[in-house]
Amino acid sequence: MPQVSPVRRTALNSVHRAMGAKMVEFGGWDMPVQYAGIIAEHMTVRQKVGLFDIGHMGKIEIRGPQAALLTDFVTTNAVAKLRTGQAHYSGLLYENGGFVDDILVHKVAEDDYFLCVNAANQEKDFEHIRAHNHFDATVELTSDRYSQFAIQGPHARATLQKLTPVDLGAIKYYWFTDGEVCGVPARIAHTGYTGEDGFEIYFPPGESESIWARVLEAGAEFDIKPCGLGARNTLRLEAAMALYGHEIDASTSPLEAGLAWIVKFDKGEFIGREALLRQRESGVTRKLTGFEMAGRPIARDGYEVQVNGAAAGWVTSGSPAPALNKNIGLCYLPGEFARPGVAIQVVVRGQPADARTVETPFYKRAK
Amino acid sequence: MYPENFRYSKEHEWVLVEGGIGTIGITDHAQQELGDIVYVDLPKPGTRVEQGRSLGSVESVKAVSDVYAPVSGEVTEINPALADAPEKLNADPHGAAWLVKIRLSAPDELPQLMSAADYQIYIGAEK
Repeated sequence: MPQVSPVRRTALNSVHRAMGAKMVEFGGWDMPVQYAGIIAEHMTVRQKVGLFDIGHMGKIEIRGPQAALLTDFVTTNAVAKLRTGQAHYSGLLYENGGFVDDILVHKVAEDDYFLCVNAANQEKDFEHIRAHNHFDATVELTSDRYSQFAIQGPHARATLQKLTPVDLGAIKYYWFTDGEVCGVPARIAHTGYTGEDGFEIYFPPGESESIWARVLEAGAEFDIKPCGLGARNTLRLEAAMALYGHEIDASTSPLEAGLAWIVKFDKGEFIGREALLRQRESGVTRKLTGFEMAGRPIARDGYEVQVNGAAAGWVTSGSPAPALNKNIGLCYLPGEFARPGVAIQVVVRGQPADARTVETPFYKRAK
Repeated sequence: MYPENFRYSKEHEWVLVEGGIGTIGITDHAQQELGDIVYVDLPKPGTRVEQGRSLGSVESVKAVSDVYAPVSGEVTEINPALADAPEKLNADPHGAAWLVKIRLSAPDELPQLMSAADYQIYIGAEK
């Protein structure tokens, strides 16, 4: 008998429906893909401020005298370099160097690490970490204890600042503070997945509806809009950020995905290190590369990429880029083609369409 | 909302037949489901299309969807306005944003399509 797991809902589910959101299943969750429209929501985040319910994201907490050692052993980035109140992007890898997941690690205290992981991967991640817990540490899957919102865009700080006594200007990029939002205990992190400035807040789910309403109210003067996963995807693609299941998966290594910067070989032993060292030695056979379409055809996930008429790779994510007015994508290509300025073709519905490899990110916000 | 003189397919296309020529488009329900439409790919005039087979595609930001021919025939004209302004499909799917005109080769296919009333029941039931 196949196991049928019920579709899960965040605390905001009925609010999304009442607001007229179009709902889709994403990673086992019933989530809003859009409210008014993906392009309008995308541009709101680029120019003003957008509010996302990302309560589907998983949370794993590692605590105990050897919490740092366990976290360092199961992730690629250097946990020892994190200061209390700081976060970093990292990888959970298999022994073969492929991704279990890509995650954010927050150092809450010397003996307390808070991981934000992909919704669809959370049970797998939890089991993976637990299986390697030969340390004096506890591992807990605590997703149910948190709601998570992202407030993103040039006016994100001004919006959120109205609702918290915490001085948001004092939280550096990729740092976080435990404080209050709307009088509710909240973890406020200066992080995001949009390529825009912004914050992600974590708080008890019971307060979700009132905080959602108050953020929208606080952002009204900036024309805040609720935004769905559709805009979240086009925003992260313009910023060339990886999405699990697309750019990275169990068969992809961080070296192939252009994520060597989250692999700290010199930190000592970690899962996947041997495989990555071998891969670094022998060289990777494919690399993630950005491209722009020459004309109107749109590249989509999974489309074949050709060089000089021969199959060379595939598109991992492809979409119109609303803020750039062109059609962009990421693809895997053999090393010799994985540099900007190479003429490629993307096979769109049987027809090779011209494209050109480019530098990433496609979009970079003005500082 | 759904004109009485159109016929509708289960794949959410409409056809209006006048003098042996069918004007074809996608329904308002279809454009709502797709969201922001950013690209329309249509066949060249002269192309023969068969009922139920893909005659082109409509792309939203999120995805690409086939457009299926609600009737068989030969494409006589495509809507020139859509190449530069695909977003018109969101604004006026039953009017200015028609997709193609087809000279019907099998007018007996028409009764297989739904009336406006039946189509509205159909999309109500689909939800």
